[in-house]
Amino acid sequence: MIKLPELPRRTVYLDNAATTATDPRVVEAMLPYFTENFGNPSGLYSASRSASDAVQSARDSIASVLHCRADEIIFTSGGTESDNLALFGIARKYGNNPKWGKHIITSQIEHHAVLLPTEVLKKEGFDITEIGVNEHGEVSAHAVIAAIRPETILVSIMYANNEIGTIEPIAEIGKAIRQWKKEHDRKPLDPPFLHTDACQAAGVLSIDVQELSVDLLTLNGSKLYGPKGVGALFVRRGIQLQPQLVGGGQENRIRSGTENVPAIMGLARALELAQTDRESENTRLSELRNYLWEHAQRLIPKLVLNGHPTNRLPNNLNFTILDIEGEAALLYLDEYGISCSTGSACTSTSLDPSHVILAMGKPYEFAHGSLRFTLGHSTTKEDIDHLLLVLPPVVELLRSISPINLSVDQKQEDIALRGAFVEDGVPHWMANK
Amino acid sequence: MSDDIIAVKPVTTGDMQKSDVVNAHTGQKWAYSQIVKEHFFNPKNLLLEEPAPGQFDARGTVGSPACGDVMDIWIKVDPATNRIADLKWKTFGCGSAIAATSMFSVMITEDGGRTLDEAVTVKPQDIMERLGGLPNRKIHCSVLADKAFRKAVNNYYHATGQHDKVEVEGARVVDTRLNITDKDIEEAVLEGATNLEEVQKKLKVGVGDPEAIPDIEQLIRFYKEKYYGV
Repeated sequence: MIKLPELPRRTVYLDNAATTATDPRVVEAMLPYFTENFGNPSGLYSASRSASDAVQSARDSIASVLHCRADEIIFTSGGTESDNLALFGIARKYGNNPKWGKHIITSQIEHHAVLLPTEVLKKEGFDITEIGVNEHGEVSAHAVIAAIRPETILVSIMYANNEIGTIEPIAEIGKAIRQWKKEHDRKPLDPPFLHTDACQAAGVLSIDVQELSVDLLTLNGSKLYGPKGVGALFVRRGIQLQPQLVGGGQENRIRSGTENVPAIMGLARALELAQTDRESENTRLSELRNYLWEHAQRLIPKLVLNGHPTNRLPNNLNFTILDIEGEAALLYLDEYGISCSTGSACTSTSLDPSHVILAMGKPYEFAHGSLRFTLGHSTTKEDIDHLLLVLPPVVELLRSISPINLSVDQKQEDIALRGAFVEDGVPHWMANK
Repeated sequence: MSDDIIAVKPVTTGDMQKSDVVNAHTGQKWAYSQIVKEHFFNPKNLLLEEPAPGQFDARGTVGSPACGDVMDIWIKVDPATNRIADLKWKTFGCGSAIAATSMFSVMITEDGGRTLDEAVTVKPQDIMERLGGLPNRKIHCSVLADKAFRKAVNNYYHATGQHDKVEVEGARVVDTRLNITDKDIEEAVLEGATNLEEVQKKLKVGVGDPEAIPDIEQLIRFYKEKYYGV
């Protein structure tokens, strides 16, 4: 008979990469736009003008953070929509022009909001190149340039990965693409364009689109202490998008639908706040994160870090606990008040393990046992200490009931074809690969 | 069946707090019943120490760590009555794998233990019923418990010279070009695939032999009916 150890409960939220709590100052900025200033910005009367002015002020404020023009900002319903609009919008506009082509470059570790649109585009006749990553999850600018062809219209590489926190060299890729265009007689506003999904990076890294040399950039409110259900897409002036939502013609006819005024006000305020104490908060979070990793390694044998040891988001820690399954660990931690996330197949709808961890060349077992802890504004040292108190006995307990014993040096190829799912064949989702 | 959660009881306000799993990418919720939680947090009949010689008569192992599920079951049979005298297990698996195997071990050993003939008739649906339901996609975890048990029982029959009683569930190749078996299709359906396209997506392959399509579609219907009654 096994029993959960008797330990205190404490609410510790360590899943800020999934979503953040909305900052009360953001809520305050939103509230007037529900009941008082509720007008539809498209109208001509004063209530509408006031709503329209508010949206314009939000657009100006976001543009100043991105170092771009206000009319280069398109408001959307969130990161997923912005990514979809970037991919489909460029592909369906430029892909049908015989002057350009139907080739898109992306990476193996993109968010599903980028990867699944490329699956759809494949069915529409597009050719997709997925660039691999190194053992730390880094995309190389050189590999991107090597993959560009005359018919390439879009390169989409995320700014920082949501699972492992690895930061990609976007500015370097951006400059290299511009150089490629010069060498191939392309104007700056000719394809290929560079899109980056900055949902995870926005509150933490500089999102100056000039410094980054990006043409499209995805933002999301709910990862930077703003509201859910709102995002933005920066699109460099002169680049055309095929609208994916048509109707009333809002957002320069690119994205129809009545503007979500309170959420837009919240997004602008959240982005503004994120800029003010970015440096000091980054330092605080990376120190806490390093403290957690250092002590977790000391207290628990057989942990493997996922992602880059230093070139990663300051709030992200992702590691694999060998021989245990991530979802079981997650549910036990939840019992003690701790929220985190896992790359285990058991928590994905497809029952496939994390594509990001596999892309780094790690065995499937490593993905199943991976846990992600993402710290945030509310995270304190006491929170981390609570996790360090609870995690070792939970791991010990799950290891005591586990029949397997893996080595930390295990490579993907060692295991790839060895196991069986139920009988003696290969795992069902690897069959005949 | 479009609903992802079958026969799940509402999360109650017991002494255990709610432990629903939410997928970060899709926001999809998996709710576990109170009984599932009880068996997950206090699994019964775990093997925590190396078994002593003679403590068990046979062992069955299925799954692989690459798939995220390994199930290991040990059994002791009373030769006079042919009843399961003891059953212990270990797993590398998720919440529902732990809970389903714990419940399975209780069902096999309760009331003096089932006879071998009775025990091998316990179906995944029976386990799910006793658990108060499992999320659809996680049914394969309970299938793993009865598969490991079946293997242990076969090993017992081999060890005791009762070879005629061994029942091997053979896989039949349906698509000869890609070597897809009826087992593969069963797995795909258990994980929620409901038509040919979804099965292909689960198996990450197309169809190699076009002549196999009617056969595959018939198997999809068969397993849908078997597991979901639709």
